[in-house]
Amino acid sequence: MSTNGVERKRIRLTVNGAPVERDVEARLLLSDFLRHELGLTGTHVGCEHGVCGACTVLVDGEPARSCLMFAVQADGHTVETVEGLATGDDALHPLQRAFWEKHGLQCGYCTPGMLMVLKAFLAENPNPTEGEVREAISGNLCRCTGYQNIVEAALEAARLMRQLS
Amino acid sequence: MKPARFVYHAPTTLDATLQLLAELNVDAKLLAGGQSLIPMLNMRLVRPGHLIDLQHVSELAGIHERDGGVAIGAMTRQRQVERSPLVAERIPLLAEAIRHVGHLPIRTRGTIGGSIAHADPAAELPGVLLALDGTVRLASARGERTVAARDFFVDILTTAAEPDELVREVWFPSLPPRSGSAWLEVARRHGDYALVGVGAVVTLADDGQAVAAARLCFISVAGRPVQATQAEAALRGAPVTPATWREAGALVREELDPPADLHASAHYRRHVAGVLAERVLELAARRAQEGAGR
Ligand SMILES: Cc1cc2nc3c(=O)[nH]c(=O)nc-3n(C[C@H](O)[C@H](O)[C@H](O)COP(=O)(O)OP(=O)(O)OC[C@H]3O[C@@H](n4cnc5c(N)ncnc54)[C@H](O)[C@@H]3O)c2cc1C
Ligand code: FES
Ligand code: FES
Repeated sequence: MSTNGVERKRIRLTVNGAPVERDVEARLLLSDFLRHELGLTGTHVGCEHGVCGACTVLVDGEPARSCLMFAVQADGHTVETVEGLATGDDALHPLQRAFWEKHGLQCGYCTPGMLMVLKAFLAENPNPTEGEVREAISGNLCRCTGYQNIVEAALEAARLMRQLS
Repeated sequence: MKPARFVYHAPTTLDATLQLLAELNVDAKLLAGGQSLIPMLNMRLVRPGHLIDLQHVSELAGIHERDGGVAIGAMTRQRQVERSPLVAERIPLLAEAIRHVGHLPIRTRGTIGGSIAHADPAAELPGVLLALDGTVRLASARGERTVAARDFFVDILTTAAEPDELVREVWFPSLPPRSGSAWLEVARRHGDYALVGVGAVVTLADDGQAVAAARLCFISVAGRPVQATQAEAALRGAPVTPATWREAGALVREELDPPADLHASAHYRRHVAGVLAERVLELAARRAQEGAGR
């Protein structure tokens, strides 16, 4: 499909459980698609070359840099963003609750990426050691917290989630 | 938008892909996991007219036992390789080294073929392929050919592949009996590119007291992965003792000529290479003795 000579491609994917269908330019990054086309601005962009981890989302359940994917590559796939974590205004995800209670954030810029990486990590490893948590978030930069409280929040979230399951 | 405009192709068969590649040639870039290509597109360091996405070409994915080794389709994600029980059992050096490739969210997208084709001199997988004496299978509309790792990597981001060729499969041979392997590297932070990295394979003599053969390959010390041939030669027939590993480390310092860059001086790299050589040989020999098959 083409408008003004700009080629667009129809994509269909599932975002936070809901089907989405759009015509997009091939060079549109998944991060910009989520933020600008879908208004899901919870996914943050920092470096836009894969280094900071702020843009991390889950693609088919696995963490991926949304700044290093084109929206067209997500065609037919399932994407989860930070907006999909809470089940309602008063129903924060255990990870979000733990970050709140343990002061796992200051400015909050890195938080969506941290939460998404940890969601996939805790699903695979529900009872991690502190060292394993540190390795899990090693691809996510935080300029504020010094990581200490993020690690504590992750361990607390693991505890909460074990109680729930 | 970050990248410049390009025409996007998503072929579903290998034949269609090779046809496209033959037609478009240097005006096209193959898109595998995008973990090296998309940063370069985002920074507009490359501006191809066409992008050929390989993700729907099912012939390019999969991990199979073949010819006394394991053949891995180019589009197999690094994370799948990391999780593969077959790879862990048959090619433990690959399983050990691949955990050092970036971070988990990079490896969920990054592919084995992309890493080999990209040929970053600091990348682990080319070093593993050279250490194990593996091969790369290239395909084009003209046909297929197999290139040994030692001939495939030419220089920084440069390989023996022609513009109309793609990496179809990478083959890693299993270790011979009485052998052990190990990977070690030094990086500033977990998941960073290595300042120096090394893979070793040590095969012991029948009595287990001497080295029958050894391979020692370094990354991040030149424009391509480097085999320390002098140290390897000196190791042949040497006793399994700390002095042997120490001497090999000294030879490595003499024969390598690493570059200086933003991250480390040449002197530091040479020093670290010697220290890592000593440690990695000791570890590989111990694993050979324990018969862990690693
Ligand atoms: C933050 C970060 C940290 C990283 N750290 C490391 C690290 O420590 N070690 C490491 O080794 N790598 C690292 N990488 C790079 C990562 O491993 C890439 O996945 C890999 O280099 C390229 O694989 P890809 O599948 O993503 O290829 P792409 O980025 O899609 O492609 C890379 C290049 O190879 C070409 N290509 C791809 N597939 C083929 C094929 N089948 N045939 C021919 N040409 C092909 C492309 O055209 C392109 O030129 C890092 C990346 C990031 C973003
Ligand atoms: S914005 Fe994607 S990793 Fe930094
Ligand atoms: S809370 Fe500010 S970057 Fe992490």
